[in-house]
Amino acid sequence: MHFGPHLLLAALEGLVTSAVLALTALGLSLVFGVMRVVNVAHGEFFMLGAPLAWAISTAIPGHPTVGFLTALVIAPLIVGAIALVAERLVLRRLNYNPEATIVATIGMLYIIQQLALSFYGPEARPVEPPFSYRILLPWFGYSGYKLSIIAASGLLLVATWLVLTRTKIGLIMRATQYDSETAQAFGIPVDRVYAGVFALGAMLAAIAAVLIVPISQAHYLMGQDPLLLSFIVVIIGGLGSLRGTVVAAVLIGLSDGIISVFFSPTLAKIIATLLVAMVLVFRPQGLFGTAPR
Amino acid sequence: MSEASPAKAYALHLGVIALLFALSFVLPDYHHGLLARIMVLAVFAMGYNMLFGYVGLLSLGHAMFFAAGLYGAGLSVIHLGWSLPLAFLAGIACGALLSLVIGLLALRTTGVAFMIVTMMFAQVFYLTILYFAAWTGGDQGLVVPQPARVLTFGATSLDLTNPTVRYMSALALFSVVLLITLAIVRSRHGRVLVAIRENEERTKMLGYDTFSNKLAAMIVSGTICAASGAAYALLFGYVGSSFASVQYSILPLLWVLLGGAATTLGALIGTVFMYYVIDIASGYTSAYLLIVGIALILLVLFFPKGILGTIRQRWLGWLP
Amino acid sequence: MMPLLTTKNLARNFGGLRAVDGVDFQLMPGEIRAVIGPNGAGKTTFVSLLSGRILPSSGMIVFDGDDITSQAAYVRVRRGIAYTFQITSVFANLSAYDNVALPVQRTLTDGRSKGAVRTGVMAALERTGLADRAHMPAGQLSYGHQRLLEVAMGLALKPRLLILDEPTQGLADSEIDNFIELVREIAKSATVLLIEHNMPVVMQLADRITVFNAGRILAEGTPEQIRDNTQVQEAYLGTAP
Repeated sequence: MHFGPHLLLAALEGLVTSAVLALTALGLSLVFGVMRVVNVAHGEFFMLGAPLAWAISTAIPGHPTVGFLTALVIAPLIVGAIALVAERLVLRRLNYNPEATIVATIGMLYIIQQLALSFYGPEARPVEPPFSYRILLPWFGYSGYKLSIIAASGLLLVATWLVLTRTKIGLIMRATQYDSETAQAFGIPVDRVYAGVFALGAMLAAIAAVLIVPISQAHYLMGQDPLLLSFIVVIIGGLGSLRGTVVAAVLIGLSDGIISVFFSPTLAKIIATLLVAMVLVFRPQGLFGTAPR
Repeated sequence: MSEASPAKAYALHLGVIALLFALSFVLPDYHHGLLARIMVLAVFAMGYNMLFGYVGLLSLGHAMFFAAGLYGAGLSVIHLGWSLPLAFLAGIACGALLSLVIGLLALRTTGVAFMIVTMMFAQVFYLTILYFAAWTGGDQGLVVPQPARVLTFGATSLDLTNPTVRYMSALALFSVVLLITLAIVRSRHGRVLVAIRENEERTKMLGYDTFSNKLAAMIVSGTICAASGAAYALLFGYVGSSFASVQYSILPLLWVLLGGAATTLGALIGTVFMYYVIDIASGYTSAYLLIVGIALILLVLFFPKGILGTIRQRWLGWLP
Repeated sequence: MMPLLTTKNLARNFGGLRAVDGVDFQLMPGEIRAVIGPNGAGKTTFVSLLSGRILPSSGMIVFDGDDITSQAAYVRVRRGIAYTFQITSVFANLSAYDNVALPVQRTLTDGRSKGAVRTGVMAALERTGLADRAHMPAGQLSYGHQRLLEVAMGLALKPRLLILDEPTQGLADSEIDNFIELVREIAKSATVLLIEHNMPVVMQLADRITVFNAGRILAEGTPEQIRDNTQVQEAYLGTAP
């Protein structure tokens, strides 16, 4: 293959990564933006989506499309319910203290990961894609399913954006984000908003995992890289900024895809992590954010 | 912190050291070996406590300081053939230098950003170890060969692979660090560190350069952790990247939370307790990290002061 | 005589709000100066600029002949500018003794002897009448005693300029009388700058009074001059036609 097609392939792969990453990071960003807490267990909510998708799609007989679509609906709901329980039992009791929440969500990370190991096992298992149509380009064939991931993620992002900016729920969320005490005084049930946002954040991650699992397999440790990448995206994009998060996800996803074609993945990770840490040290509002009030 | 009862505090700490010494002669082999390891790791926890307990800075990246000591000492024996004392010092120097650099950068942030930044720097360190697998052995790690772990003074020699020598070396390091910690927290510098933890803005308005004080605490903390790592490499003969992973940044936090943050002996108590729980649990299940997770959540929810912190609050106000 | 402290055209904006707006101010060594003004006049912002807790948008601050405009707060404290907080912020979990030991141990130059710290701490606690409560956690002291502890910490810094931000707020009348005596005592060795709402206290203590309004100095003079100033009365009582 020549350089041009090679680059196109890398860009396509990068866009798929971006699409999944944008959804996952959006979940983390929403939770941080509205609740002002960092959820270290976010990667595990992502991971949970994958084994659940495997379990659901293998339990349902018939055409793989039926199983996959069922999983795409049910798995995020289950993950959302788990997140809701965790929020009620732990985060609320900690009064959303930022530091205690980080320690507690580290605890959740281990619990979820190890329970997945116990019940699902250490194997990596595939889930059959809902369709296997290949799009033929002049230079190579490309999986139609991968392109549909990009489309699905785009739709979900637009939907989330519409909910946030055009609906009453979105208004309530933004009011809580802006000033939770005043929101409380105006009769907004801040407590329930927090619970809802935490569950929503986990569900977005789980959807991302269900989308990716037909091309990458389900494994109990698969939450680690998305957690790190989501952190990177949220920090670069500016903490709590939706637009920044999406822009950064595309940027990171594309550069990750393109860089890993030319560099060793470990070196790419080292450089990326170091750069992001430096952003946090010297420009904590993110590359696209504005300075705090 | 108070000026009262220095004699009581020193007597207690010397008593603990004496008890650990006596235990060497009565413990069965298995527990003897385990306790030696625990004492070295308790030094790691004490280093962590210096920053987390006394200054109130929660780092999620202290594995890098432990690993700096571990690799600094281990690799200088394996690749450079350095003598044991020199290798030990090399490990400590690596940790001191690393904590200086990380401190200068990370201390520009506070709170949650500090936690994330330290975690990311530790991740960079971990990945760097994997990247240079040709020298570090990658995730397989490297074994420090037995002949290199014998210390010779003229005619006499000290074999660090001998269980008693190993136990006593671990105890010596533990005792020195424990007494240093006690001296620091009882000193004027210790009082300033606690003041920074309680209210940094106010401390500045008393004329203290809080950044320099925090940086000093970070270097002391990182250096103690590196001493623990260096001792681990030389006493137990293995260096591996798992010691630099996120898990080894979380463990000292857990040990200190359990034993009691900002207590000098809490680090030991927490490490002993948690190490045994995990040791017992891993006999039954491979998912022993589950215990770590549950313990973390229960501690922050119901027991944030830890064992010694609660005892100090309820009964023994003079505990340092 | 050279002023101890001078500000030239000092200003600080918060967004569009000019909290302090071009203030020229002079303070002579040894005086007790009161700063008064309606709420939101910029008094606390002004003294925060002096102490270095916030940095000015423009202008200049000179202390004892040196430009300190861009110096960090802790450096100014070391030069002798001490600030006691409007909202009591003693270290609640530390004993009263440790609270005062923090400023005492920093001003000691010999740096070693425990005895020197103890003597210094007890002297400051005696002066504020807190000696018998030395080992109580500061958070368990009564509000009035916490205010006094705050002053003791300021005193222990051996300041040349002591800035007191609303020191009598929340004190009982009997405590206020003691407090006035204490400030007179302090003024023998230091210059005092005092933000105060309680006018009887101001009138009894101040050598001179500076009145702030809307970020600017409205008037300055002796207590008598200020009492008779019609502009000041207007600022306080609402704008008369």
